[in-house]
Amino acid sequence: MSIPAGWQIDIGLEIHAQLNTQSKIFSGASTRFGQSANSQACAIDLGMPGVLPSVNAEVFVKAVQFGLSIGALINQESRFDRKNYFYPDLPKGYQITQMDHPIVLGGKITIETLDGTEKMIRVTRAHLEEDAGKSIHDFKPGYTGIDLNRAGTPLLEIVSEPDIKNAAEAVAYAKAIHQLLTYLEVCDGNMAEGSLRFDANISVRRQDAETLGTRSEIKNLNSFRFLEQAIHFETERQISVLEAGGTLVQDTRLFDPDRHETRSMRSKETATDYRYFPEPDLLPVMLTAEFIENIQAQLPELPGERAQRYQTAHELSASDAALLSQDRRLGDYFDQVLTSSSNAKSAANWVRGDLLSKLNEHDLSITACPISPKNLGEMIQLIDQGVISGKIAKEVFAALWSQQTESASDYVQKNQLEQVSDASAIEPLIDALIAENPKQAADLRAGKDKLMGFFVGKVMQATQGKANPKQVNDLIRKKLSEP
Amino acid sequence: MNNLVNEKTLVELSTLAALPFEPEKSKATLDALNEVLALVGQMQSLDVSNVRPLAHPLERHQSLRADAVTETVDPDALSQNAPHYEAGLYFVPKVIE
Repeated sequence: MSIPAGWQIDIGLEIHAQLNTQSKIFSGASTRFGQSANSQACAIDLGMPGVLPSVNAEVFVKAVQFGLSIGALINQESRFDRKNYFYPDLPKGYQITQMDHPIVLGGKITIETLDGTEKMIRVTRAHLEEDAGKSIHDFKPGYTGIDLNRAGTPLLEIVSEPDIKNAAEAVAYAKAIHQLLTYLEVCDGNMAEGSLRFDANISVRRQDAETLGTRSEIKNLNSFRFLEQAIHFETERQISVLEAGGTLVQDTRLFDPDRHETRSMRSKETATDYRYFPEPDLLPVMLTAEFIENIQAQLPELPGERAQRYQTAHELSASDAALLSQDRRLGDYFDQVLTSSSNAKSAANWVRGDLLSKLNEHDLSITACPISPKNLGEMIQLIDQGVISGKIAKEVFAALWSQQTESASDYVQKNQLEQVSDASAIEPLIDALIAENPKQAADLRAGKDKLMGFFVGKVMQATQGKANPKQVNDLIRKKLSEP
Repeated sequence: MNNLVNEKTLVELSTLAALPFEPEKSKATLDALNEVLALVGQMQSLDVSNVRPLAHPLERHQSLRADAVTETVDPDALSQNAPHYEAGLYFVPKVIE
């Protein structure tokens, strides 16, 4: 959808990311997904009388990692507040969150816009809070079932400024956050399991208007596609109301993907007053400068920096560099390949091509790859040194994949796959070919270059792929130019 | 004494707190609330512009625990005072927003 002429759109996103800790943010119950209902909700998660929260240190490590990665200010002292509302999947009647003193302040994310230029989206803040349980409406007629396993799962809520101007930018921003969180390994990024959920604040205004229009908040979008669709439908709705001379009311809406619409849940007048106040059961959290410095020191090379290095130090194309740096483990693998082969371009081709397609075919992650980076690097080195041909390399690759061999060089040696580069072994084959195919030889000599492939192919066949095609090519030319 | 809270606010507060509004107790409740608020008003007359807001009466910071699973959960025991617990789920009258 393109934006109707005369209008502009302003979008801010709130992204809820589940942090991948072992235990919950305020209790020692497990956060494991997919366990039987209510088997992981302890007395603290249930809000039983007399229980007290205890704070998981790891959530601060992960929040600080994220904050430092986007160039944000880390609040050394942050505090928790109570957000009060009643809903059956919130057993305490309040959510512990950070209102006035969030852990992360500011920062920015770079995205690529539709026309390929870079754009900065400002992050307002990111704060820690606990997730609620899950309501199941269709299990028993007339009732809502509550599973509190998710209650207390740590969330990092990342809030952006309204710098996003269309649905494509919103998706690019959401994907950039998703990539960064998974790259840092602070969130598993599993959208199907709800590890990342979006709320979109959307408003429209006339092109020349200086202030933001009346906004609607679309809650709980759990995929990039729904985020994009919801923005399309909502902006269309708002523009059509305004163009018909109507006025908008600030409200909270639900996106219904089946009916392709957003529906009002509550308006500003009926909005819940959350009556925030400082959480009396928790003291302010003070992080030492040393704690933050340690995290900074251990921060991995970020995707953007890595891609830059691949382009400048290894002369990879922008697309190779971006692909190899989008996943931290893939980038680590590639870096290890480069320790045994200096041909980065060839290494990138092998990893991007044969290796990734094999991994996809077998639904394996790079960390479960049966070929060690050392072996792949060694194989590439064998090609570069002229020991094996590219064709034989495919066979060596297959042997390494199926783990028939300990190393590339072992396999080549055992199966005598070394390239035949001894001209005296190839020349007799060429002589015989020319003698057997006098017409083709004459045509080639007369300039019909297409026939070169025919002769090279025959030699490769006769040597079972072990000849060096370039050398064969040269030898044929030499033979044909002989009087 | 100015009435800071009126009956309309009281009804709203009851809704937010999920407490039943009892008209016959309305006057007594309003008087009590306004008395408290008058005290708050008196405290607000103090100049605290140079005092940092107090987050907690203890001048200490939160201690953090290591990320480890330490709780074993017994849903059957924990669900004993639930009015309606069945097939591992807590049930409430249907809520749909």
